[in-house]
Amino acid sequence: MASAPETLQVPRGRSSLERTRGSGLLDRILKWGLTALSIGVILLIAYFFEVLIADSRPVFAQTGFFSFVFNSEWVPSQALYGALPLLVGTLITSAIALVIGVPIAVATALYITELASPRVRAPLTILVELLAAVPSVVYGLWGFFFLIPKLKPAEQWFSDTFAFLPFVGGTVSGPNYFIAGLILAIMIIPIVSAISREVMTTVPRENKEAALALGATRWEMIRMAVLPYSKGGITGGAMLGLGRAIGETIAVTIVIGNAPEIGKTIFSQGYSLAAVIANEFGEAASDKVHRAALIAAGLVLFLLTLAINALARYFVNRASRGQRAASKPAAGMAG
Amino acid sequence: MTPDPTPLTVTDEPHTEPVVSPSLASAATHTATTEPVQREARTITLEKLNAWYGDQHSIKDLSLTFAPNQATALIGPSGSGKSTVVRCINRMHEEIPGARASGAVKLDDFDVYDPKVDVVAVRRAIGMVFQKPNPFPTMSIFDNVASGLRLTARKVDPGHVESALRDAGLWEEVKDRLRKPGIGLSGGQQQRLCIARALAVEPDVLLMDEPASALDPISTLKIEELVQELKSRVTIVIVTHNMQQAARVADQTAFMLDGQLVEIGPTSRIFTNPTDSRTEEYVTGKFG
Repeated sequence: MASAPETLQVPRGRSSLERTRGSGLLDRILKWGLTALSIGVILLIAYFFEVLIADSRPVFAQTGFFSFVFNSEWVPSQALYGALPLLVGTLITSAIALVIGVPIAVATALYITELASPRVRAPLTILVELLAAVPSVVYGLWGFFFLIPKLKPAEQWFSDTFAFLPFVGGTVSGPNYFIAGLILAIMIIPIVSAISREVMTTVPRENKEAALALGATRWEMIRMAVLPYSKGGITGGAMLGLGRAIGETIAVTIVIGNAPEIGKTIFSQGYSLAAVIANEFGEAASDKVHRAALIAAGLVLFLLTLAINALARYFVNRASRGQRAASKPAAGMAG
Repeated sequence: MTPDPTPLTVTDEPHTEPVVSPSLASAATHTATTEPVQREARTITLEKLNAWYGDQHSIKDLSLTFAPNQATALIGPSGSGKSTVVRCINRMHEEIPGARASGAVKLDDFDVYDPKVDVVAVRRAIGMVFQKPNPFPTMSIFDNVASGLRLTARKVDPGHVESALRDAGLWEEVKDRLRKPGIGLSGGQQQRLCIARALAVEPDVLLMDEPASALDPISTLKIEELVQELKSRVTIVIVTHNMQQAARVADQTAFMLDGQLVEIGPTSRIFTNPTDSRTEEYVTGKFG
């Protein structure tokens, strides 16, 4: 105790507990700097949104917002701007991507987390993630020059055999919704798989052991313990994949056929919101309404992805809430 | 731990009440309470069991017999291989990456390590209760108990679930909320739910790996009472750190050290008159 007053003194006679003049400064700079930066990001998004709305006003003035979204004639030369075929194309290709991509991604994640031996786990993870490293234009090229000719006979066979199904039948065109969806499926597998893998590794060992000790086979263990626990996370991952599929531009532009009409089957040509922007922005520079129409297409795309992301966040949050509840047993309470 | 003047006052766990030697000895010579329904359970015989985690040889040439319809306690310091022994009996040991085992574990005359054996069938015949209560977090109380039954049967008889919950002493507490999530229960209730889940498939053997170490004293007592009652139907192997618990519930006690059996015998003898000096040192609290 005797030395305590001494240790609290600095040579100039001030207590070391007293705040020095410079000590808080750095913290204050950091705080205000970071606040300014994050406000900047929010402002940027708001400004971006505002510009999209303002610049698309000419086309809404001509057709009205609802006619723009729900009319199905997109003929820029006659100043007809109905974006429904584009919206439908975006939704169909994304839906196909989900139907094909999510099961494969989840299966891959299950294999890596539950079945693969530790030695192949890391290489396999890297390989799946490498799918994300392929530039989308390369996927598009590969789809156009390889997938379309190779798959056409199979598609035609499927179309003839299962013509009784809705949206199937008739002549298959080379570039079509299905090919675009297939390419998108390959492109979303890495992200859906990575997120599914993350949630699956958080499944507590005790739960898996509980299932195994009851005499569950590996598949039954997955069904009892792993899948229910990671359901929310997988859904969130699928939504993020959907967001990616909706916004994907160049690969879809190459293989969808770029026909601004609502295809009758999944093997028909079509168009998507992103593809129309990529294809027409050059010629639209001189035409104010055409330009506004493309920006309006961008706005619709933006709103769509915003909604999907909000939905994804909701599912992921719900999943992590469930996990928190699960990891908080009322231990210590008398039972 | 400092040596205690009264040799049998061993407090291995913080919350255990001190027990003096006479009551300890008498606790070990309990009489089965009620439950007239006797069911022939199985004898478990370990023959030259060896187990490894990677390069670490954690069970060394262990030979040991667990008598049918009796509770055997496995005691020993941390790392002595008690839990590993239990996990070898229902072949859960091999679920840990890098872990392997050799030797024989016989249920009556049936070796669970025979290459022809179906691991899944072995685990269905042997119930297991873990250290930490682990009900399935996404399932209701009912579904937790029914989960094992659903593995074999398409339809689950609610009466079956009820009797499993009664056997685990939980029915009265949960009968009005069977559809509520199992993780909404208290820790002790969750552990009894796990016991009900294990009992529902009518195993011949019940393995308990420190089933009360995460529970409060009252919940612990309930689990111990359950062990007493369940012996009439199953052979019980209970790993415990708590020597009072071993004394209260076990007919036989085995003391393990460094993956080897030091000695096994009737619980009262192990605690009052052990033959090996190391056992004596452990049960009197000189180490561990």
